[in-house]
Amino acid sequence: MMPYRKPLRKFFLSILTIPVFFFIFFPILWLLSASFSTEVELFSVPTHWIPQHPTLKNYLEIIFPNLAASSVPRSFAIALLNSIKIASAVTVICIIIGSLAAYVLVRIPFKFNRAIQIGVIATRMVPEVSLILPLFVIASSLQLINKPIVLIVTYMSFALPYTIWMLTAFFQTVPVELEDAARIDGCGRMGILFRVVMPISVPGLISTAMFVFLLAWDEFFYALIFTSTLAAKTAPVAIAEFIGRYSVNINGMMAGGILAALPPVLLALIFQRYIVSGLTAGAVKG
Amino acid sequence: MTLPSRHLPKGRFSLRQQEVRLAWLLIAPSLLVILGVTLWPIIYTFILSFFNLPQGINQARIFVGLGNYIEMIQDQTFWATIGRTMYFTVFSVSLELVLGLAIAQLIHSHPWGWKVLRFSLIIPWAVPTIVNGAMWRWIYSADFGALNALLMQLGLIKHYIPWLTLPNAAMNLVILADVWHMMPFVALILQAALATLPEELEEAAAVDGANALQRFWSIRLPLLRPAILVALIARTVDAFRVFDIVYIITASGPASKTLTITYLTYLNTFPWGKQGIGAALSFLISFFTLTMAFIFIRFLYRPEETLQ
Repeated sequence: MMPYRKPLRKFFLSILTIPVFFFIFFPILWLLSASFSTEVELFSVPTHWIPQHPTLKNYLEIIFPNLAASSVPRSFAIALLNSIKIASAVTVICIIIGSLAAYVLVRIPFKFNRAIQIGVIATRMVPEVSLILPLFVIASSLQLINKPIVLIVTYMSFALPYTIWMLTAFFQTVPVELEDAARIDGCGRMGILFRVVMPISVPGLISTAMFVFLLAWDEFFYALIFTSTLAAKTAPVAIAEFIGRYSVNINGMMAGGILAALPPVLLALIFQRYIVSGLTAGAVKG
Repeated sequence: MTLPSRHLPKGRFSLRQQEVRLAWLLIAPSLLVILGVTLWPIIYTFILSFFNLPQGINQARIFVGLGNYIEMIQDQTFWATIGRTMYFTVFSVSLELVLGLAIAQLIHSHPWGWKVLRFSLIIPWAVPTIVNGAMWRWIYSADFGALNALLMQLGLIKHYIPWLTLPNAAMNLVILADVWHMMPFVALILQAALATLPEELEEAAAVDGANALQRFWSIRLPLLRPAILVALIARTVDAFRVFDIVYIITASGPASKTLTITYLTYLNTFPWGKQGIGAALSFLISFFTLTMAFIFIRFLYRPEETLQ
C-alpha cells in the first residue's frame, strides 16, 4: 500500500462525518435558538438563525409561574416535577420487584420458568393503546384519574417487563461458581442475591435504572389519557398542550422542550458507557 | 441443575420444593403487576370488543357479537390505515437500518472526531419523543420553519412551502423526524457490534484478493447479523405502534394522510366515543403484536440457554 493512501483515506472519511454532524445538530441548534428568541424574531422572514436579541423570557415564564400570562406555561414547572416524581417512583419499584423476578428466572428452574420468560418479552411489545380501555374503566371507577398513582401503576405495563428482561441478561453474566462458593459458605438464596449477584451487577442495575427512567420520562399516551387537570400533567403532555386550539405558543413549546429534554439527555451522556450494553441487553426504547 | 447437598437434607425433593416455593414468592409481585396491567386488560378488551357501549365506558353494554369486527373491516379507513402503518414501519425502519449501518461503519473506520460523533449520537436518541416531534413540527412550519428557510437560502425553492399540508409529503416528513430520533439507536448498537468483530478474517480475505465490497458482503455483514436482527426487531415493534410523534406533528392530518393504526384506535376509543370499535382494534393490535413477538422470540431468543 502506498504510504500516502492512509492519511488521504482518513481525510475523506473525516469529510463524510460533516453531513452526519449537521443532521444531528441542525435540529437541536434550531430548537435552542428558538427557545432564546423573542416572539418577534421567531416570526421574522428571512429567518434569524441566531437570535439578535436573545432573551431568557421563555424560560423564566416557565420556571417562575407567576410571570406567565397564560395557564399553560404557568403549569409547566408542575408538569416537570410530576415527571420527575413519577419516573423516579416507577424506576425504584421496577428495580426492586424486577430484580427479584429476574434472579428467579435466571437461576431457579421450575415448571413455568420458560413460559414466564417468553411472556415477559411478549408483553413488553404490546402497545399502550391496546391496553387503555380496561385500565381507563378501572381508573375512573376507582376515581384515580389525575392521581400520580395511576400513571405509576400503568407505566409498569411497559417498564416492568423491560426491567426484568434487561436484568435477566445482566444476571446471566454472573458466574455460577461464585454463587456456589457463597452457598458452601452458608448463604441462602436471598443472601446470594443480595450479597453476591446484586453487588456484581451494579453496572447492569445502573444501566437498567437509567433506561427505565428514560422510558417513563418519555411516556406520553397514558399521561394524555389519565390526566386532564393542569396540576396532574407530565412534561410531554404539557409540551403538547402548547398547541392550542387556535394558535401554538412556539416560544413556550421550544423552551419547555429544552427543559424536558435536559434530564434524559444529561443522564444519557453521563452514563454513556452503560448505554451500549443496555441497548443490546434490552434493545427496545419507545 | 444440580443442587449442592446440605448438612441436614430432608431429602433432595423437599429442598427442591423449598426452592420452587421461594421462586414463586420472589416472582409473585412482578407476576401480579403484569397480570393486572397487561394480561387482564388484553382479555378484558377482547370481551369488550363484542359489545357496543353507547352510553360511555361504564354504562350499559349491548352485546353485538362480531358486529364491531365486521364494521371495522368494512370500513375503508381501516385498510388505508393499515397500509399507512406498514408504509411508516417499512420506510422508517429500513432508513434507520441503512443509515445506522453506514454511520456505524463510518465511526468504526475512525475518522477524526469519531469519539465525538459516537458521543453526539446519544443526544437525538435521548431527546423525548414528544420534544422531538415538537421540534420537527416547528422545523416544518409553513411560514417560519427552518426547512423552508434553509432550502430558500440554498436556492432550492423559490417560495415557502406548507410542508405539513402536502398530502404526499406529510408521512415522509414524520418518517424523517423518526429517523432523526431513532437512527442513532441503530448506529450505536451496530457500532458496538462492529467493535467486537475479529479483524483477522477480513485481513485474510484481503490477502486472498477479496475487494472491499466482497469483504463487507461476505464477511462483515454475516457476522453483524445478530446485531442487525436485534435492531431490526426492536425498531419494527416500536415503529408499528407509532403514536406520539404523529400526534404532535400532524395530529393524523392532512386529511388522515398520517393516520396510523394506533391513532385510529385512540380516536375511536376516546374522541369519537366508539369504544366497541376501539376495543376490536385494540385486540387486533394485541393479537398481531403477540404473534410478531412469538415469531421474533423464535429467531432471537432461546430460553433454555438462560438456565446455566
